[in-house]
Amino acid sequence: MSPFEAEALWLSLKVAAASLVGVIPVSLGLALLLARGRFPGKWLVEALVNLPLVLPPVVTGLALLIVFGVRGPVGSWLHDVFGVTLAFHWTGAALAAGVMALPLVVRPLRLSLEAVDRRLEEAAATLGAPPLQVLTRVTLPLAAPGLVAGAVLGFARAFGEFGATVTFAGSIPGETQTLPVAIYTVLQRADGEQAALRLALLSVLVSVGALVIAEWINRRALSRRGA
Amino acid sequence: MSVSFWVRARRGDFALDAAFEASGKAIALVGPSGAGKTTLLQGLAGLIPAEEVRLTVDDRTLVDTAMGLAPPPHQRGLGYVFQDGRLFPHLSVGGNVAFGTRWAANPMTVAEALKLVDLEGFAHRRPTSLSGGEMRRVAIARALLPRPRLLLLDEPFAGLDDGRRQALIPYLVKLRDTVKTPMIVVSHDDRDVAALAETVLMLDRGRSV
Repeated sequence: MSPFEAEALWLSLKVAAASLVGVIPVSLGLALLLARGRFPGKWLVEALVNLPLVLPPVVTGLALLIVFGVRGPVGSWLHDVFGVTLAFHWTGAALAAGVMALPLVVRPLRLSLEAVDRRLEEAAATLGAPPLQVLTRVTLPLAAPGLVAGAVLGFARAFGEFGATVTFAGSIPGETQTLPVAIYTVLQRADGEQAALRLALLSVLVSVGALVIAEWINRRALSRRGA
Repeated sequence: MSVSFWVRARRGDFALDAAFEASGKAIALVGPSGAGKTTLLQGLAGLIPAEEVRLTVDDRTLVDTAMGLAPPPHQRGLGYVFQDGRLFPHLSVGGNVAFGTRWAANPMTVAEALKLVDLEGFAHRRPTSLSGGEMRRVAIARALLPRPRLLLLDEPFAGLDDGRRQALIPYLVKLRDTVKTPMIVVSHDDRDVAALAETVLMLDRGRSV
């Protein structure tokens, strides 16, 4: 692996991992809200969560630039108060990847939360468990397969994210030039095809690896449950 | 021991308004299906919205909604053995039985609770590897571990064949004679509870008979 390839691979892993760290708690909250909540405007929350699925990624990136850019309402506040700049930084690439991954993490998590047998939660309550403990000791463990599925889909989506990342974070080698962005960049060169293929192979390996790990975790969970 | 309870609740068209007083440690509540037996237990445990619930065990009032004493289900101190068992599929038998430990003031150990239902050595088993009768007994051990003030058993014999039914009765008799907790056993068939209950209460169409 050349230093250029290693750098792009490492950066992609870092960006995808960081985006998941942020996305999973947010998805958990949203999935619970959508699976269990009854409130006016629920459809609006649902539509907003799924928006990145239907919008062209470039448009999502542009929206991020408008809101989180240095002159954007949130971006300028982050810059002034915390000294944090997201646009054209690797953290911005993670934000873009996270926003794109969000609907893919929320959906399976929500479905598996909806499938959790509420009668088991009742049983937990009669044994003395307060609501929050019912959530962490019964509901979430039973919904774990959905969390794993969501995390893998989300990781794959974040790892492969291109459009929103390029628009919001650019293509800065070592900072925001993730594998997909690097593939696009080397393809711009006349002799870049070979290099692009090598990068593409790396990206396929990582994605397949993530799938295999997820399958292994799921099988282990199922066999532990005796199913 | 004495137990008195009153539940008034509506479930769609069905109206339950039943008050009972009974003495003894094993109280059977018998009635045809649809009489409101499960609704009554759920009302006592706080699992359904009820218009009025009152529950006294010996001289201690556990629930009295009219007086504003309406603790949520996890604070009622009642053990509930559900008709469908409801063992947690992600936990071992031991994990199921131990579940209530952390919130109980003076819980039994898992070994003590399993011993009460003659399932010593089952702690590492998965719930799916148990027979129907064993699942019932694990559910009973799990409900007893926190030392509830009252144990509610909803149709503990339902779905068991005659042999398993007969096999379960001695365990309940043993609990009646060894554990301090009084119990209300719900059944649609008074033959099932004849050997067990000191007092038999009748419920029909939502009313005490």
